[in-house]
Amino acid sequence: MFPAAFDYLRAHSIEEAAAALSQHGGDARILAGGQSLIPAMRFRLARPTVLVDIGSLRDLVYLREESGFLRVGAMTTDARLERDKDVRARYALLTETSDVVADPVVRHKGTVVGSLCHNDPAGDWAAAALASRAIMVVRGPSGERDVPIDEFIVDSFTTAVQEGEIAVEVRFPTPSARTSGAYEKIERKVGDYATAAAAVQLTLADDGTIAQAGVAITALGPFAMRVTEAERLLLGQRPSEDLFRAAAEEAYRLADPNPDTRGSAEYKKNMARILVARGLARTSSKLHA
Amino acid sequence: MTKQRVELNVNGEIHEIQVEPRKLLAYALRDECGLTGTHVGCDSSSCGCCVVVLDGETPVKSCTMFAVQAEGHDITTVEGLAQGGQLHPLQQGFWDQHGLQCGYCTPGMLMTSYAMLKEYPEPTEEDVRKFLSGNLCRCTGYNNIVKAVLQAAKALGAEKSEPETTAADD
Ligand SMILES: Cc1cc2nc3c(=O)[nH]c(=O)nc-3n(C[C@H](O)[C@H](O)[C@H](O)COP(=O)(O)OP(=O)(O)OC[C@H]3O[C@@H](n4cnc5c(N)ncnc54)[C@H](O)[C@@H]3O)c2cc1C
Ligand code: FES
Ligand code: FES
Repeated sequence: MFPAAFDYLRAHSIEEAAAALSQHGGDARILAGGQSLIPAMRFRLARPTVLVDIGSLRDLVYLREESGFLRVGAMTTDARLERDKDVRARYALLTETSDVVADPVVRHKGTVVGSLCHNDPAGDWAAAALASRAIMVVRGPSGERDVPIDEFIVDSFTTAVQEGEIAVEVRFPTPSARTSGAYEKIERKVGDYATAAAAVQLTLADDGTIAQAGVAITALGPFAMRVTEAERLLLGQRPSEDLFRAAAEEAYRLADPNPDTRGSAEYKKNMARILVARGLARTSSKLHA
Repeated sequence: MTKQRVELNVNGEIHEIQVEPRKLLAYALRDECGLTGTHVGCDSSSCGCCVVVLDGETPVKSCTMFAVQAEGHDITTVEGLAQGGQLHPLQQGFWDQHGLQCGYCTPGMLMTSYAMLKEYPEPTEEDVRKFLSGNLCRCTGYNNIVKAVLQAAKALGAEKSEPETTAADD
């Protein structure tokens, strides 16, 4: 299937891309890795009339730690993140996520920021971003603004990016030494979207209690969701099986999945509980290793 | 919609073609460049039959990329593997190990493996299985494909360390 016709513009700078987006209004779209947009266009789920290709903007390709954040540029691919030694050494949740997003070939083109902007209700990066308290950096005609991921995710396939704006970066807070995380995903085959998935990140205080908790689920509702009640239960407590079971119960309560070929709603709701419990247990064992 | 002029550098040769921006790279290679080695299998981004390599190292699904996006990149297709009538060690590996049955998935398997060997010249079996996990084969099973890639890795390694000797034993 071929997509509907469109005009193609290759941007040579962020400013040029933003100007083209403003000029062409709602029908213009950014083309980053194209790994979600092109399939959507082929199925005629998306029919942009203008594509602004930011694929050759080298200054959007970077991955660096700076002032307490891992800064990931908008054209940085999943494969680049997956292979970064520093990320693998310290960002447990991001590492586990980048290993299971799509398939290895798709990861060579797909970008982390593109995935967050696409905001598929089953997207893996959205859950990881919620659990690790990521911040999106969005640039528009009136300058740059930081948008916490909770506000960035507005609805299925809808984000806080406005007409004429570009997401230029995602920032993941650099975890302290006593932080770890896990990504739990059930998929039918490599390269499939999740049947259900959960992202977990925990930080321990000096006395061994939980100082920070991030718990999020995806493919289990209209968009990836933070399990706020689970986080509230975990805070200030000592890790234990009972505590984790209680937190996981909150994921069961929050999950509101659609039945599809991957499973019934009740099955997926049960998986929400099991995946969160597993993620918490694995994170805790890594912290105590 | 109007066509535009696109210059594709495929296997070291420049192809000047006129295509609409919506023309996908897989189809541009097949229809406009006459290079039908790149196969279209699922036509929906998930089988890997259409993989080509960009800039000598990056595997991409050419059914999920527009030809206009490929301008300015070096594209290697399966036609670019054999040199001077001599099969590439990967092709030799697939031949020796019987790494195919109908051959439909083979170009994609070869190109993904080609990119992998650039990055992991000494892959383990697990590396190969992991890297090829997005390439689907409907008829031969994966064991012989994995053996073929491992043979090629060995042969390429031997080529590098001792230019005189030929393929490694199996
Ligand atoms: C076979 C296959 C399997 C997949 N499996 C998974 C999976 O298991 N899990 C998963 O989460 N995803 C999966 N995906 C989706 C894919 O991995 C991501 O959604 C993709 O990487 C998105 O990044 P991109 O750069 O390709 O974005 P594009 O496709 O180029 O863009 C996606 C959307 O975001 C917008 N956009 C992109 N960049 C920006 C920006 N900088 N600013 C503003 N808007 C922007 C675009 O306009 C478009 O609407 C799969 C895709 C394929 C083809
Ligand atoms: S034809 Fe491109 S991935 Fe199947
Ligand atoms: S050999 Fe037939 S599909 Fe792989």
